[in-house]
Amino acid sequence: MLAAIGVDSVDDLFAQIPEEVKLGRPLDLEDGMSESEVYRFLAGLADTNLDAERIPSFLGAGMYDHYVPAIVEAIVSRSEFLTPYTPYQPEVSQGGLQVMFEFQTAMSEITGLPVANAGLYEGPSAAASAAYLAMGATGRTGLVASRGLHPHSRETLATHAVGFGATLTEVGLENGLTSADELAAAVTDDTAAVFLQNPNFLGAVEDVAALGEAVKAKGALLIVAVDPMTLGILRPPGECGADIAFGEGQPLGNRLDFGGPSFGFFCAKEEYLRKMPGRIAGETTDVDGRRGFVLTLQTREQHIRREKATSNICTAQALNALAGMIHLAWLGKRGFVELGELLARRTAYARNLLGGLDGYELLHDAPVVREFAVRSERPVGELLPLGDESEGPAPRLPVYPLGRDYPEYEDAFLVAITENRSVDEIGWLAHMLEHAQAGWGEHIHDHDEDGNPVAGGVR
Amino acid sequence: MSAPTLKETPQQADRAKTIYEKSVAGRRAAQLPALGEGIEETPLADLIPAHLLRREPAELPEVSEPEIVRHYNRLSRRNFDLDTGFYPLGSCTMKYNPRLNERVAALPGHAKLHPATDPADAQGALQLMYLLQESLSEITGLPTVSLQPSAGSQGELAGLLLTRAYHADRGRNPTKVLTPDTAHGTNPASVTMAGYEVVKVATNEKGGVDLEDLRSKIDDEIACLMLTNPNTLGVFDENIAEMAALVHEAGGLLYYDGANLNAIMGQARPGDMGFDIVHVNLHKSFSQPHGGGGPGAGPIAVSERVEPFIPRPQVVRVESEDGVFFDLDHDRPKSIGRLRGFQGNFGVFVRSLAYILSLGGDGLAEASRQAVLNANYLKSRLAHGRAGRYLPIAFDRHCMHEFVLSGAPMKKELGVKTLDLAKRLLDFGFHPPTVYFPLLVDEALMIEPVETESKEDLDAFADAIEKILEEAEGDPSIAQNAPYTTPVRRLDEVGATRKPRIRQPQ
Repeated sequence: MLAAIGVDSVDDLFAQIPEEVKLGRPLDLEDGMSESEVYRFLAGLADTNLDAERIPSFLGAGMYDHYVPAIVEAIVSRSEFLTPYTPYQPEVSQGGLQVMFEFQTAMSEITGLPVANAGLYEGPSAAASAAYLAMGATGRTGLVASRGLHPHSRETLATHAVGFGATLTEVGLENGLTSADELAAAVTDDTAAVFLQNPNFLGAVEDVAALGEAVKAKGALLIVAVDPMTLGILRPPGECGADIAFGEGQPLGNRLDFGGPSFGFFCAKEEYLRKMPGRIAGETTDVDGRRGFVLTLQTREQHIRREKATSNICTAQALNALAGMIHLAWLGKRGFVELGELLARRTAYARNLLGGLDGYELLHDAPVVREFAVRSERPVGELLPLGDESEGPAPRLPVYPLGRDYPEYEDAFLVAITENRSVDEIGWLAHMLEHAQAGWGEHIHDHDEDGNPVAGGVR
Repeated sequence: MSAPTLKETPQQADRAKTIYEKSVAGRRAAQLPALGEGIEETPLADLIPAHLLRREPAELPEVSEPEIVRHYNRLSRRNFDLDTGFYPLGSCTMKYNPRLNERVAALPGHAKLHPATDPADAQGALQLMYLLQESLSEITGLPTVSLQPSAGSQGELAGLLLTRAYHADRGRNPTKVLTPDTAHGTNPASVTMAGYEVVKVATNEKGGVDLEDLRSKIDDEIACLMLTNPNTLGVFDENIAEMAALVHEAGGLLYYDGANLNAIMGQARPGDMGFDIVHVNLHKSFSQPHGGGGPGAGPIAVSERVEPFIPRPQVVRVESEDGVFFDLDHDRPKSIGRLRGFQGNFGVFVRSLAYILSLGGDGLAEASRQAVLNANYLKSRLAHGRAGRYLPIAFDRHCMHEFVLSGAPMKKELGVKTLDLAKRLLDFGFHPPTVYFPLLVDEALMIEPVETESKEDLDAFADAIEKILEEAEGDPSIAQNAPYTTPVRRLDEVGATRKPRIRQPQ
C-alpha cells in the first residue's frame, strides 16, 4: 500500500502535521484489553448500579420503567437498522425512510396535530427547538413557561434563550395546576410562545384548552409538552388549541439507559410545516412509478440552508424513533388506550394508599394519570436511605425528591407508576414509606421467610 | 458490458405498504397485565374530568405480533447498511461497530438504570462517565470534558454558548464567528442559533484557511473561529498555530469541530494546537452505530478558562475519608445551564468507553494511522486510469483520513454527473461517498474509507469506479439512469417537496 502511495512509511503521511503540534508520545491511556476483559470490567461497573430490575423503581420525572416488548430489541438490533447513516441515498434507505413516515403518522395521530417530524434528540431540547420556531414565526422574543413544565425543559429554554435573544418568564402553580391568573398576566404583546406541560411535572392534568385562551388572545403560540403514554386517554394537544406539541419519547419502546439515548417528538399545525426542525420523510414515486420515500423539505435544513436553517440538527435519534414506532404498533389502537386506563387506575390506587399513610399527605388533589406528588412530615432527605445506615450505606428509596427543582416543595416527592409496578410493589413502597417516616432505628429491616433481613426489598 | 435489463427484481415488485395499510380492525399484539387485586375498574371520568379526556382513540395500527416482525424485517432489507458493505461516506466515519459494545450497553445495570437514581446507587454509571471524560480529555488534550450534548450539532451550540458566557464574564459582547467556507453545514446553523453572525473565511490553494483573508477579518467583534482540522477536504491546516495566535490575540476563542478527529487520535491534539473548545462525535470516531440517523453523542472538551461555564450537572470524583465517591455536581454558578434532560446519551457513553478500552491508547493511534493509510491508498488507486482522468483530486497532496475528488471533467466529457456516478455505485453494492460537499469543489465526491476496511475492499471500490467510467465512455445513459437493482429507482424529490405527503392520509 505504501508503495502505491509512493511513501516509505505511514509517518510520511503525517508529515503535514507541524512538529510543534504533534503529540510525540503515546496517549496516556490504559493498554487495550481483550473482548472478554472489557466485558467483565464494564459488567462489574454495571453491577454496582441499582437498576429497575433490582429494586421496584417509582422514579419518573419524564422517563419511566415501562415494559419494552421483546420484538423492539429484536428489530432495532438488526444490522440493517443499526448501522446505516442518515438516509441521504433514498434508493437504498427505503426501510428507514418508510419507518420515519409511519412514525410521523403515529405521532401526528396521538397528538392530534397534522404534521410531525421524524424525531429530535429528546424532550427538553425539543422545547428549545419549539421556542426557535415560535420566535421566527411571530417575530417576538418573549417566552413564558409554566412551572409545571419539566425543570430540565425550563433550564434548557433558559440556556438557549441567551443565544436566541429571548427572555423567559415563569408562571407559578396553585394546587398543582398552572395559575390561570398569573398566566394571563405574564402573556404580553411580545410573547412568542407559552409552554405548558400535560400532565405537568407534578403529575397533574391541566385544562390546556382553558389556559390556552389567554395565549391565543395575545397572538402567541401555545406549545404543550406531553407524555406520550398518557395520550391514550387524555385529550390530545391538537384538540386543545396547541400550535406545537413536543415531548420525551423514552416511554415508547426505549430503555431507561440512565437518561439516553431516547428520542424527542415534535408535532405542529400545518402552517408551521416549512419551519419545522429536524428530518421529515415524504412519500413520492420513482422513475417507474413505484411508491417510495425521501427526506423532504430539506431546504429547511443545515446542510442546505447553513446559517439560515430552521435548526442545526444533523444526527438525531432515528433508531430510537423506530423503537417507539414498534412499541406503538405492538400496543395498537386498543392497547394504547388500555395502557392509559391501566396507568390511571393503578395510580389512583397508589395515590389513595400513600396519601393515607401516617406522616404523608398529597401535595395537590388535581387529577393525575401516572404520577403524583406526596408531602412528608419528616424531611425527604431523611426518608431516602432504605434502612439504618449505621453499618454502611443503604439503598435509596426510588422516588423523586422535588426539593432541588422546587424549593417551594422541599417536603415533597414524586411517585411514578407503570404497568411494571404491581399491586405488591405498590404495597412494598407503602410499607417502606411507613418505616421511613417512623425512622429506621425502631423499625429495623423486614425479614424474609428464612429470617434474613430484606433491606428495602432490594433483589 | 451490456446495459442492465429493466426487468423488475422481486424486491422491486414487492410494493411498499405501510404498517397502517396492513391494519385490520380488531387485531392486536399486546397483552397487558391485569389491573391487580384490590384495584377497581373505576370509570375514567370518575378519575379525570370528562372534558379533559380523549373522545376518539388515536389511529394506531391494528396488527398481530408476527405481522409487526415481518413488516419491519422486510423493511430492514430495503436498507443498505455498514455491516453489509463499504460505506465511504466522507466526514461520517463509517467504521465497524463492535458487537461487544451492544452487549455491554444492554446489561440491565446500564439499560434499566433510571436517570434520576440517587448517585449513591449509580456509582458504576457515574464512574463510567468519569472514565470517559478522562479518556476524551487525554485524547483531545484539554483538561475538562462535559458529556452532556446529544450530538455534534448540540456540542457546537454548547461551544458557542460557552463562548458567549466566556466573553460576557469579561464584560465583552463580540458579535461575529469566523468559519471557513469548507465548514460542515451545522457550523453556520449553530452560529445563528447562538445569536452570532457568520463571517466566512476563504480557502487557499493548498486547501487550508487563507491566512490573509483571515487576518483581514479579525477584529474585536470576533468571538471565535470555528475550525475542523483536518478540514472537510481532508487537509491538515499547517498554519494552525499561527491562526490560533491571531485569534487569541484579538481576544477570541478557537472552536474545534471534532467530526474529523478520526485522522489524528494519538497523533496530535486539538488542545495542543491552541483550541479552547472541541466537540467529539462519539458516533464517528468512537464507534457508536449510526442507527440510520442517530443516536449519537457530542461531548465537549474545554480549556481551563472555559471550564467555569460548562453545562451542568458535571460528573465529579470526590475523595474523602470514606473513600471515593462519584457525584453529579449541580453547583456550578457560572454554568450555561442545560442543553437537554438528565446526563446525556449514557448508552452511547457505554459503547464508546468499551471501544476506547478495547483499543487502548496505542490502538487508537493505530486506528488513525490505518485510516490515513487507507485514505491515501484509495486516493492513489483513484489517481490512475479513468478515475485519474475524469475524477481529479481537488487538492493534490497527501490527505489525512478523507479526500475530495471533483467530477467536473466527468460531467463535461461524458455527460455523467457526480450524482449519476453515485447512483450507479449502488448497483455495484457500494454506498456512494458524500456528494456535492464541500461546496467549493465542483461536482464534489468526498471519500472517507476508514481504518476498518481491508485493502481488498478498497481495491474492489476503485475497480467499480473504473468499470462505471469505462461503461460511461461507451454509453453514458447507463449511469444517467442508474440505479437499476435497488428496491426503488431514482425518486422524485422535487415532487415530494412541492406537494408534501408526510403522513398516512386520514
